[in-house]
Amino acid sequence: MTPLAATTQLLEIVSATLAAPAFLGWVNQCRAWLQNRRAPSVLQPYYGLRKLFHKDAILAESASPLFRAAPYVVFGTMVVAAAVIPSMGTGLPMSMAADAIALVGLLATARVFLSLAAMDVGTAFGTLGARREMMVGFLAEPALLMVLFVAALISRTTSLPLIADSLTSQSIALYPSLAFTAVAFLLVLLAENARIPVDNPATHLELTMIHEAMLLEYSARHLALMEWAAALKLFNYACIGFALFAPWGTSTEASGPLGLLLAVPVLVAKLMVAGAGLALLETLSAKLRVFRAPEFLATAFLLAVLGLLVHLLLGA
Amino acid sequence: MNALPFDLQVLNACAALLLLLSFSMLAQRRTVNLVNLLAMQGALLVVATLVVAWRTGETHLYLSALLTLALKVFVLPLLLHRMIRRLNVYWDTEQVFNPSATMLLGLLVVIFSFGLAQPISALASTATRSTLGIAIAVILLSFLAMITRRKAMSQVVSFLSMENGLFFGAMSATYGMPMVVELGVALDVLVAMLVLGVFFFQIREQFDSLDLHHLESLKEDQ
Repeated sequence: MTPLAATTQLLEIVSATLAAPAFLGWVNQCRAWLQNRRAPSVLQPYYGLRKLFHKDAILAESASPLFRAAPYVVFGTMVVAAAVIPSMGTGLPMSMAADAIALVGLLATARVFLSLAAMDVGTAFGTLGARREMMVGFLAEPALLMVLFVAALISRTTSLPLIADSLTSQSIALYPSLAFTAVAFLLVLLAENARIPVDNPATHLELTMIHEAMLLEYSARHLALMEWAAALKLFNYACIGFALFAPWGTSTEASGPLGLLLAVPVLVAKLMVAGAGLALLETLSAKLRVFRAPEFLATAFLLAVLGLLVHLLLGA
Repeated sequence: MNALPFDLQVLNACAALLLLLSFSMLAQRRTVNLVNLLAMQGALLVVATLVVAWRTGETHLYLSALLTLALKVFVLPLLLHRMIRRLNVYWDTEQVFNPSATMLLGLLVVIFSFGLAQPISALASTATRSTLGIAIAVILLSFLAMITRRKAMSQVVSFLSMENGLFFGAMSATYGMPMVVELGVALDVLVAMLVLGVFFFQIREQFDSLDLHHLESLKEDQ
């Protein structure tokens, strides 16, 4: 392991963990602007986290140890996921630990623990949220896998950094299959991160909520970790999207320390554009009924499979 | 991965978009949007025909592109729009039978037609042969749309989209049909459209709706 690779790896983990709330704050700020509201600061999520970490935790009487462990597991899996996603550089020593398929498994682990913890206390809302989350998850996961398969077929590897590497080095061409899968990935991103057409991140205590319903029993540091993990998940998904569909500007092992230095502003620029786009999309669309969510995700799956078939038939 | 020449890339993108449009027609609930999707399909066909014409240098393909542009992008959609206005079905929607299941069935249809096209395109010598599978898929998806629909209007739109698929298939397998055949088909489609328009009014006169379900019963007092 070269010092550069180690630096890249460390920088990616630390910056993903620290910058994730800022990305969420940026999305919220853009949304507020688009809705003609006075925007909260980009740092607002950090203030929220600091407040929560200072409070005393309260646990339900019926809570089992799993309920206390879940925030740490969820946060931990998200950090590990951040370590294998090539957001700044592709020479990642830890990417050997998990390829794209294992990454989906990591995200699934977080989902399972989150849902189990939500059902643990036994309130109606928690169970409802957990069941809806599993419904969304089991429909979104095959679509995400299909998206990754198309990218893996094009670059002939399932390792995410190598996929990003080979997609950067290819000549510019029209790839209908990648266009289809990009749309599919966007739909999966919206569903998995509880964004607007599927869930509304701004609501609290409503019958239609999914993600919030699962966190109702959490307080203080546990809640802080859960919210931080959610921000990190959004950040991770954005970085997977960049690695697959906009891999330009990430540093490789050949580009040296200068490449790594350059990759940081490139990533910030990509995140700002993606966050603004996400806010615009959320402002333009209305929330779907929960029972229409399967149709939404079936569309994502369909697009991803179409991408796969088109790639197999046309080789493009 | 070897990069294709740019014109073939455009053709492939057109083919992929045609397939996507077929799926959106399968899922579309509003009749008006179906007509617009049909017009978009026609526009894509025009682009694809122009690309093939430019690549092969066959002049009759330019004429056929012009014919497609006039007929499928302007005349037929305008006729259909006028009919929708006259029949007063602008806000008509239609319950699509279990959209997710229909979509998955459509995927199976696509896989089947890709398999079907593989040996044919292996024999063909045209540069456009790889899109034959997509053409067959568009035809079969239009079939599927006709089966799952009940309103007369959407069945006719699916029928026209099937004709688009046939046209695209002919182009990818043999660089288009002879001009005489093409003119004949175009005239047929136009006449069929006019005749079907008369049928629409008759059906509505008889049953007060365009639901073809009424045609299935043999006795009137049901």
